[in-house]
Order: sequence, then C-alpha cells, then structure tokens
Amino acid sequence: MQHVSPVREPLVTGGKTYHDVTQDVCRQVEAAPNIRWMAALSVALFLLGVFFYSVYRTLWYGIGEWGLNKTVGWAWDITNFVWWVGIGHAGTLISAVLLLFRQKWRTSINRAAEAMTIFAVICAAMFPVLHMGRPWLAYWVFPLQNTFGSLWVNFNSPLLWDVFAISTYFTVSLVFWYTGLVPDFATIRDRAKGPIAKVAYSLLSFGWKGSAKHWSRYETVSLILAGVSTPLVLSVHTIVSMDFATSVVPGWHTTIFPPYFVAGAIFSGFAMVLTLMLITRVVFKLEDYITLEHIALMNKIMMVTGSIVGVAYITEFFIAWYSGVEFEQYAFINRATGPYWWAYWSMMTCNVITPQLVWIRRVRYSIPLTFVLSIIVNIGMWFERFVIIVTSLHRDYLPSSWAMFSPTIIDIGIYVGTIGLFFTLFLLFAKFFPVINMAEVKSVLKYTVDNGPTYTGHDPHHHVHQPATTHGVPASASVNYDKHD
Amino acid sequence: MQESPKYWKGIEELENSPEFVKNALTEFADFLPVKESHGTSDATVAPRRDFLKLMGFGLAAATLASCETPIKKAIPYLNKPEEVDPGIANFYASTYFNGQDYNSVLVKTREGRPIKLEGNPESPITRGGLSARAQAAVLSLYDGGRLQHFAKKGAKIDKDQLDQEVRNALAGAGRIAIVSHTIISPSTKKVIAEFAGRFAGTEHVMYDVNSASGLLRANGGVLPAYDFSKADTIVSFDADFLGTWLSPVEFARQYVTNRKVSSEKRSMSRHYQFETNLSLTGSNADVREPLKPSELGEAVLAVYNAVVGGGSASAYTDKSKKVAAAAAALQKAGSRGLVVSGSNDPAIQTLVAAINQKLGSAAVDVAAPSMIRQGDDAKMSSLLKAIGAGQVGAVIFYNANPVFDHPMGADLAAALKAGKVRTTISLNDRLDETGELCTYAAPDHHFLESWNDYEPKRGYLSLAQPVITPLFATRQAQDSLLTWAGNPTTYYNYLRTQWKGVLGGDFNKAWDKAVHDGVALGSAAPAAPAQAAPALDVNAAISAIKSAPKPSGIELAIYEKVGLGSGTDANNPWLQELPDPVTKATWGNYVTVPRAYAMAQKWEQGDVVKVSANGKSVELPVLIQPGQAIGTIGIALGYGRTKAGKVGNDRGANVLPLAQMRNDAILYTNSVTLAATGTTEPIAQTQTHHTIMDRKPVVQEATLAQYIKDPKEVTEYETISTPDGPQKPNKVSLWQDYEYKNHHWGMAIDLNSCIGCGSCVVGCQAENNVAVVGKQEVINRREMHWMRIDRYYSSATHKSDFEEKGKLATYAAMEDPSENPQVIFQPMMCQHCNHAPCETVCPVLATTHSSEGLNQMTYNRCVGTRYCANNCPYKVRRFNWFSYYTNEKFETVNGHMFTDLGRMVLNPDVTVRARGVMEKCSLCVQRIQLGKLEAKKQKRRPKDGEIVSACAQSCPTQAIVFGDMRDPESRISQLLRREDGERAFHVLDAINVQPNITYLTKIRNTESSEFNA
Repeated sequence: MQHVSPVREPLVTGGKTYHDVTQDVCRQVEAAPNIRWMAALSVALFLLGVFFYSVYRTLWYGIGEWGLNKTVGWAWDITNFVWWVGIGHAGTLISAVLLLFRQKWRTSINRAAEAMTIFAVICAAMFPVLHMGRPWLAYWVFPLQNTFGSLWVNFNSPLLWDVFAISTYFTVSLVFWYTGLVPDFATIRDRAKGPIAKVAYSLLSFGWKGSAKHWSRYETVSLILAGVSTPLVLSVHTIVSMDFATSVVPGWHTTIFPPYFVAGAIFSGFAMVLTLMLITRVVFKLEDYITLEHIALMNKIMMVTGSIVGVAYITEFFIAWYSGVEFEQYAFINRATGPYWWAYWSMMTCNVITPQLVWIRRVRYSIPLTFVLSIIVNIGMWFERFVIIVTSLHRDYLPSSWAMFSPTIIDIGIYVGTIGLFFTLFLLFAKFFPVINMAEVKSVLKYTVDNGPTYTGHDPHHHVHQPATTHGVPASASVNYDKHD
Repeated sequence: MQESPKYWKGIEELENSPEFVKNALTEFADFLPVKESHGTSDATVAPRRDFLKLMGFGLAAATLASCETPIKKAIPYLNKPEEVDPGIANFYASTYFNGQDYNSVLVKTREGRPIKLEGNPESPITRGGLSARAQAAVLSLYDGGRLQHFAKKGAKIDKDQLDQEVRNALAGAGRIAIVSHTIISPSTKKVIAEFAGRFAGTEHVMYDVNSASGLLRANGGVLPAYDFSKADTIVSFDADFLGTWLSPVEFARQYVTNRKVSSEKRSMSRHYQFETNLSLTGSNADVREPLKPSELGEAVLAVYNAVVGGGSASAYTDKSKKVAAAAAALQKAGSRGLVVSGSNDPAIQTLVAAINQKLGSAAVDVAAPSMIRQGDDAKMSSLLKAIGAGQVGAVIFYNANPVFDHPMGADLAAALKAGKVRTTISLNDRLDETGELCTYAAPDHHFLESWNDYEPKRGYLSLAQPVITPLFATRQAQDSLLTWAGNPTTYYNYLRTQWKGVLGGDFNKAWDKAVHDGVALGSAAPAAPAQAAPALDVNAAISAIKSAPKPSGIELAIYEKVGLGSGTDANNPWLQELPDPVTKATWGNYVTVPRAYAMAQKWEQGDVVKVSANGKSVELPVLIQPGQAIGTIGIALGYGRTKAGKVGNDRGANVLPLAQMRNDAILYTNSVTLAATGTTEPIAQTQTHHTIMDRKPVVQEATLAQYIKDPKEVTEYETISTPDGPQKPNKVSLWQDYEYKNHHWGMAIDLNSCIGCGSCVVGCQAENNVAVVGKQEVINRREMHWMRIDRYYSSATHKSDFEEKGKLATYAAMEDPSENPQVIFQPMMCQHCNHAPCETVCPVLATTHSSEGLNQMTYNRCVGTRYCANNCPYKVRRFNWFSYYTNEKFETVNGHMFTDLGRMVLNPDVTVRARGVMEKCSLCVQRIQLGKLEAKKQKRRPKDGEIVSACAQSCPTQAIVFGDMRDPESRISQLLRREDGERAFHVLDAINVQPNITYLTKIRNTESSEFNA
C-alpha cells in the first residue's frame, strides 16, 4: 500500500530485469575472486595480524602496554569502542527504521549496511573485553550463577547496561540480517554448480523453497524484527552515552548525551555506509543498484544528523557557561584551548563544518567528494569520542592529577587491527554472501513507471516516460487514494 | 556339601609358582618392568608400549598434580618461642640512626621478621613521629645488595682468617684512622677508644655529608639544641629544619606545636625563610624570600645590625623589606625569637649565635646540646690529605663512604687505588664506592640485627635491639673492633656494662624497661666539655663575610633531599620513588633553575645541561623551579651512586665534587658555568601541573588575621540553590544515606600542621605492600602510592583578573606558578565517600561500601574496567598495569617482591595485588580489624587512639587524626564538632560525594594571602 509519485527518481537504473538482478548480484559470489578483492583481503589480513599481535601483547603483559595512566583510565580503547558502536548504527537504522517508514530506496543498501553493523559491533565488542585488566574474567559481568556465594552484578553500573544493550543489539541485528539473507541464499543454492557450494548454501538457506507461506513468514518476521530493532537504534547509543553521562567527571556529566550520541552514531554510521558502498558499487559493478540518488539521500541524512551533532556541541558550551559550575566551564575551555585543542578543532571541522557542504547539490551527487566527505566524517567522529573521553579525564577536578595521554604502538595496533578485522569480515561477506538483497530489490524494480522491467529487453526507448493508465500513477504500483495521508 | 567354585586370577595362580606367591602379597609391583620384559639391558631401548604407558602415566600425573594448588613451604616452629604467635605482630623498641637522622622506632615483627617501623611515642625527642627515611629502613634490611660475608679484595674470606690478617696488619700500621659519620652512640665511642688504646696512633675522624661543622665551631664545639615550639618568630637563613637540617622529625613536631590553631588558640608563630632553593621549610614559611648563597652573609648581617647593632653596614638592609621585617619581628619577639641558619660557614653561624644570644632566645639550648652532628670538616680534610700523602698506615671506614659522599672523594679514591694506605678495612654494609677500594670488608649488621645505644641529645638515651637473627654472615662493627682490639666480650655485654653506670636502682629491671621502652633518660657520654670560646669572634665573622669572594655568574646551591638524604640509602626503592615534597620528582636529581633563566636560555624542562665548577662537571636535566633565587641553581646531593646496588646505581649524578672548601669548612655552594648539551632526559614527576587554577573547593586557606577576626569566615562553604533557599550540598540528595550502627571511621587532616614531608607516603607503602614501579612508569604517570601529597604553588594571577582580562587569558596565566610562590600541601588518599562515585559504576560490585563507612576494594572480584578510577574526583585509585611482582621489567626496582629474601618485608595482612586489579587506600582496614578483634577479646569497645592508620601513626606533626566518628568522645568527633563551620571542609563539597575525610583550612601568618590561584 503505497503512493508513488510519477516524478520520483528510479531506485534501480539500467533497465534491469529480474534476471539481471540475480545475475549481477550472484556474479561475484559464483565467479573466481578477482585480483582487487585478493589485494584488499591481503591488506585486511595483514592488519588482522597486527591486531592479533597487539592483543597478544596486551593479554600477556597487561594493560600497561597501552598509554593509559592513573588519570586517564580510558582513551583509545573506549574511543574505539564508541566509534565502532556508532558505525554499527546505520545498518539497523536502514533496515528497521526505514523499513517501517516504507523507504524503498533502502533495499539495495540494507544488506551491506546490516553486515557492516554486525562487523562493527564485533569490532566494538573487542574493546570492552580487551580493556579489562583481567579479561579472562569478562564473564563476571553477566548475571550468572557463581561459586562465590551471593555475588551479583551491579545493576547501577552503566557498564552493565552496556553489556545488555550491546549483546541485545548484536543478537537482533544478526538475526535480522540472516533472515533477510535466507531467500538469497536459496537463489545461490539453486544456481550453485560446485558440490561444496551446493551443500554450504543449502545449509545456509535453511531449506527455503520460496513458497507463499515462506514469503508470508519472511515478511512477518522482518516486520517484527524491524519493530524490535527500532528502539534499539535509540537505546544502544543512549546507554553507551550513559557510561559518561551518569559519571561525575566534568565534560561527561551531561544530560544532552543520549540524543547527542544517537545522532552522532547515525551520522558516523551513514558515513561508514557511504564509504563502503562507494567502494562496493565500483568493485562489484553495482552502479545500477546503488545509484547517485542513494548517495544523495544518505548524504542528506548525514547532513541532518551532523547538524544535530553540531547543535549539541554548541549546547554543551552554552550549558557549561549557564550552569555557573567552574569545573564544567573549565572542562570546556580546556577542550577548546587546552593541550588537546587540536583534537577539538579537528572534531569541529570534520563534524560540523564539512557536512554543511552537502547543502550544495553538486557535492551531494559527486562520488569523489562524497567519498572524501565520508572519510572526514569518520575521522571527525573518532575525534569526537577522543575529545569527550580524554580531554575530560586528563584535567578533571584536582590539578595535581592532571596528566597527558599519548598512545603507544600497541594502542595504535589494536585500533588499526580492528579495522583489519572489520574489513576481513566485510570482504569475506562481500565475496561469499549476496551483497544486495536480490529479493527486495526485485520488489522495487517496478517502483517507477519508466523503470519497470522491459521484458523484451531490447527496447532502446525504455527510459522514455510512458503514459500511465491513470495520470500520475504507475500502472504497476498499488495506488493509495487516501488523501488524508 | 556344595563347594563354592574357585576362580583363579590367572594361570599363574593355578600353577602357584614361587614367583607368583612373592608378587601376590605386594599390591603394587616394585618397578615398572620396562627393560626386563624386553629382555635387554639396554636402557636406551624403551619398548613402545612401555613408553606409551609411562607417557600416559606421566601425563595423567602431571594433570592431576596441576589441579591442586601448589603447596607452599610452611615450616612450623619446632619449639615455639613463648612470645611469638603466628598471625600476631610483636613490637620491639629500637632506634634508627644512619649518621644524620635520629628516630626512635617501634619495630613491628611478624613471625620473627621485621615488617614495618613505626614511631615510638615514648621518645621525648621524636614523639612517635618517623621520617620517611626511617620508615624505609626496614626494606634496607632485606636488601640483596648488602655484602653477605666477610671479604678480602671482594672475595669471600673466613672470619677468623680476616681477623688474624687484620690484627697483624694493624699491629704495625703506625697511624690508623677510623673514618665514620657522626656517631652518637656512647658505647660505640668507648669501643673506639678501647681500640685506640690497643693500637696507639689511632684517630677517629667523623665527618658529615650534610656538615654542621661551621655551626659547631661558631658555638664553641657544641651543637645547640633547638626547640622551635618556644619561638614565636622564627627566622631561618637557608636552614631546612623541617626537611633535612639536624633533626627534622623533632623540629617538625616542635614547630607545629606553635602553628596549630583553634578558635581558642588564635595565635601561631611567624616564620621567615631566606633561602636559595625552595626547600620544604621554605614551602611552609609565612614569609619567604629567595636569595643567592653569596647574599646570605649580608642578609644575616643586616639582621645582626638591626637586633644587636654595631656591625658594619650590610649591603642587604635596603634591598629587602622582608629582611627588615624579620629583624623587627625578632626584636619584638625577644626571647621568643629564634634565628637559625643551615650555612656551614662559621662566620655566618657566629653572627646567628650572636643574634640568638642577644635575643636571649629560649629556643636555643647549649647546656643540653644536641649530638647529632659531630663531623669536623677540617680534621677530615687534613686526614684525606695525609692519606693522599701516604702518611696513614691503616684506615677503617665505619659505615662511611667518603669516596662518594665527601667533596674530596675523588682524591681519596685515587689514593686508595694507588695503594697509599697499606691496610684498608671497610665495615660498610656493602661493597660501596669506598668499600670496593678496601682490602678487607667486615660488613656490619643492619641496625635491626644489632644492639646499640644512642644519645642524640645530652641526657636522652635510646637503645637499639636486634629483632631478627642476622640474615647474612656479617658481624656488628663494634664486635669487629673489639675483636681486633683483643677484647673477647660481646658488644651486648659491653653495652650492658656501660649502661650499669647510667641506669640507677635495680639494673636488670631498669635495663629491661629501657629495652622495652627503647628510650631512657640519663647520659652515657663522658661529661661534656665546657663550651669553648667560639672559633671566630663577631668582628672577625663580619669581616669574613665582608671579604668573602663575590662570585660572578650563576651560583650553585647544593641541597639534600628529604627522601634520599645523603645517599646512604640509595639502594632503597621506596626512597627513590618517594616524590620530593617540593618538586614531586622521583628517581634522580636534576638542576633546579628559575623560570626566567630557563626561558632566557630557551631550556625546557628535561633538557640536560652541563654544570661545571672546580674543573669538574655533572650533566643533569633541568627542572624549572619556582621560588629558586634568580642567578642560582640547585642540585641535590646523594645521587649518582655507582656501587649502591641494582636500585641505586646510576640514578642522577654526584654533585659533591662541585662543592668548595673555605675556612676549613665544606661550603655547599659554588660559582658554576652552565652549558646546554643538546640531549634531554625526562624527569619523573608524580605531579606535573603545579597551580590550583582558582579551585577553592579543592584546598582552602586563609590568613591568621582573618582567623583572629572571625574563625567562621575563613572557609568558603559552597551552597546549592534549592526552592528553600541556599542549602548545604549534602542536604539535597537522590541517594539513600547509609546507616552506621557500630562504627563510622573517618579522618581529619589539618592542613596547618601538614608540612608535606612525605613520611606518611612511605609509611603507607610499607604497611600496604604498595609496589614500586620505577622511573619510566612514573614518567608514564603510573606510580602506585595510595597516599600522595599534592603540592600547589600560587600563581601571579588574582581572582579579579577573570573580569578584567577574561577567562581564557586568566586560566592560561594561571598555569604558571609565580616567581616566588606560596606553597600548600594537601595529603590526598581515598576519601571514603559516603556517596562514592566509584561504587555505583563498577559492573561487578568489586568496590562497595562497608557498614562502617569504608569504601572497600575487593581485589578478587575486580575485573579491571578502570571505570571507578575515571569516576573518582580525587584520582586516588591505582591500577595494576603490570604484574609488578613477576614482570621482569620491575625486577630491579621492585626486587623485594621477587625474592624470598625481599618478600619477608611484605605485610602478611595485606594482599599483594595481581595484575589488572584496581587498588587504593583502605584506611588500613587490617589495622581496624585488628583493633576491633583485640577489643572484642577483652569484651569492650575499641578505645579511641587504639586504632591508627599507618599514615596517622607516622605523621611527625600529628596532622592526621583517625578515629570513629560515631563515638562522640573520640578525638576526631570532638575536632569535627569544634571545627564545624570554621576550618573543617570536604574537598569538592559541592559534588556531594560526602567524603569521610575532612580537611582543616590552612592558616598562614601573613598580612594578606598571596595565595590566589
């Protein structure tokens, strides 16, 4: 039940048929890996090696391998954690919120965005465990039965809320993502030639037959999961922000944090989706599915969330001044003018000023500019977390304890290493899983009148606007005459 | 009748061969028939199946064994000593004296090993206080760097053989010199006299690293005893009497007696300090002026002129209003005035003595003088010259290391190396710089293994008793000397005989009491020679001051650090890591430079400069020091040891060769030239931001005038706006308050009494097994001290600057301390908040609140998220970044946690924390528990004062009061009641964490507080 405007831009270009979609998406799964993919995987695996080495040093010798000190107890670890969690937000937003809002354009990007979410959350989850002094006891944060008597976890601690929030989010995202994959796995299974592929995709597709009953259940599950995930989009980063907001540290203790963090998360999530999509569409020749229109739409979301983040930055300063609390005021003066001024101004430039360029249409539709922009936003959002965590901690209440933080090679190794982990997972996903949700894309092929599948496949004029039976309403679309809408 | 069927175990049983019968009775085979069954005697050929069997057995055994906790050796007493109960500490009174620093101590022993030293409250001199160095001495007992046997040229030698050889060598040695630091032990002196009687031509030469030879000469060979509590006006010319000068623990207590205020006693002494380096004493002064060492004489002369009159005009009179003010205050104070000087120049000390005499200062006592410095610079330097000239046949170094710690040490080393002395004997505890150049080494016991007596002040005696069997094959030095002198008595008997003449009444009883108390009244020293005429008369002194060479260029002032002192204990990691009270630097010395000079030279902190004088030079990093006199630099002595041991070697550089000799006295100053070297060496400071940044809620102070006017006005209390008007922060709370039904432990720290000496820091470290982390980790800001002393300098900005110059500019200006800042010290440890921010954030409840108000850390439960440390507003939580007791990176600095020998010092009541675990001050919960148990055994409540935390115990000025706040009669309750609304405040009151630690506002005796921000 949807209303479709005849002036709407097509969601898939290139006059694709249903078969073309299947072919285009399955091609990279079925073909031998190309050289660019191999090269990318090699780099990712090297970085993964760096990750394992750094983790080994951390686990064997202790957290002392990092640059932390008595004053700055969290720095790159939690910065990276929040950064990755933030990146992991776009997937759910795209697949759940946009699904509920009937944003059809999401169909060609939701699969990869969800995968990105899951891999980003995996990367994020590394840090809460690794940053522990005794990570082998990490299971103590779960409310488990134990042999120590009536020991229980502390339900007051935001870190515990984190545990629940992240694990819930990860589980739901994974199930959602996998549910969407099932029909596509079945497609690949049906086309598979090799015996291994056949068995593997058979197992993965859970015996999907494509019957009406299956589709009905698929739709229902998708809708339920979308409903379940939507609050998660808000809750996860809200809870992450409470790690800071519930503390007494000036610069952390701020009630604006939950919405500010959620906006920031979506902001960075879309930036990362853009980064990945721009690469994927070129590498896998999916320009017709991930169109300029997609890029422009994502740019807009980025700009809106970026502006929210910018307002939040300014509000923080206002409230610090307005509160009259000297510690709070100093925390923000120190952010902007103290020893870490460069981090603060990097953050401001990357997150507040750069996204405003998207107002310009040419920027919005430019692939190279969008790519650069998305990278800048990713950098800016990393700095945001660094600024919040380190510049608040390094000069808090007692000047006697003020200290500086500088990362060690292991700090850098773990961060770069998680990027390696992320890309290893993403590249494996892109090679062996369908990166675009074939089933859903097929449902939007006939989304606009001029872009309906041409069954002849030879009509050179298929892009010419064809008169519809009812003026303004494409014949293929269901029509909503409800004017109250 | 049916026969039950018989089953055979096998064909062997049926056959019943003798072989079978033999084996059937033994349950297990004697051996695994590995080789035999194979029929070969070749052991290298193990049959495969047997091999596998053994492998399997081995694997299973190893697996099973590893399931068990490894069994640690615990050897019970065969015959348990009557007074030793496992798990219960015994205390023995003893005395610490390392040649310069006297402390009467109680030694806490557990199962026969000393684990901690505490101040002896019975002592009329140190009165329960204990210096940081004395605190740390217990660790030196277990120092693996000590020489563990007698040695000849470094190689082990039999004791008797050494004795034989030494006796033979001494017999024909001719001139024999015994070189030592000050010896205040009457019996030891008697032993030396007896030795001298046996070997004619023996002379005993004492010298001091921090020499008071000039003071002695100016007072006719007598070291005055001072009582700072009797002075209302104290004028100190470069005397660091709270930190290093003569008897700081004693002086600190006296000083603070007249500095403590309450609304009933609104008066305190005024303290003027004129000095070159910013010392601990200068930091506590009400009025302080930096001056060059070369100006010191003129400044004293100016005061002399004002107070006594008649001297020639001083060039300094008009230059400084503060000198004039000090002189005027002294005149007003009369006999309640006191002038002291740390200078070793007899001329200056002569004038100081004259001023005190004119004032009739009640604080100076020459009738019952102090014995604590007896070194004679002139005698020592003539001896060193004689050694250089080859005129000395034998030298015995008795716990003296002049090669390192005398300015002429290099000459001595050259003479010793050249064999100018035929027989050289070291009684030092290790093969130190001097010891390794000696032929014979007969190492002395540690004082905790020895009997000895001391007379730090005429009429006040104290005893040292052994509290552990000697750890190594050493021998007490006195026994060595007696043995060589041919006296077969042991030193213990010798000592007792000596004391028979001292203690009256029933000797055995009196002796037992003296041993029990550790102190006794009476004098064992020979009758004091009458005070001789001063070496200089006043006029000669004035002309000496006037004619003193005026140095050009930069002047160096050599000083001593509160922690390491003369460097004798350089191998003690607790002292190496104890932050200097003023600079907060650890692990090494440095050049303190005024900011203006460093900026002019474009030097940054940590740039290494070369300091040259006397044709010698040292290279040390620069530390920018506010309060350093313009045109001067300061360098601490005691560093740069090369043979101290693993911990102490190559820390900093030895500056003593840059000192000069004048008027037969060591002058700890010189003109130097400085040159940048282009290299840098970071300085390990525990505090790198030095100003308070206008944060009144952190530390508060006021002037005496304000306090006299209205004690209720000296402390700023923050209020919170509520619908009912402004309220105290603790009136508004979302939290439920804890209910304390039994005890509520708390602490009050009087900032007026705290002098910042750092004795509590080491006391806490010893009590709580706090790890030492070494220089690099201090640079990384990861020291583990549970107790720290924050030190803030004032900056040159005023509060009004915020309006006039704007916030940004003012905050930026506040980062730098002013040129001659006021200093405030604030001991900081876990505040045991009632609304603790750390407790709510721990995901696993590893830190919780006790029913007695303590914030507890459960190490076992900690997973190490460090969230608690981040959320601690006081930043007192310490994280175990590494495994400090197994990671080889820490084996040098924290060695005592690695070896069985060193681990003996650990307090068995306190866990050694594992890697990845958070730790912090527990308010000495083990002591609280012990106190409660003792009381419970006697079916009563703990008495106030019975339970004392380690920091409070060791505080020489009793600035820390610990007690039960629920007991209305306890000292802390009374104090808090009295000071409520006056000086009592909580740090960061407005964030409403409600600490159990209360501070009392510091009161300065100045006209207006210069301490702004």
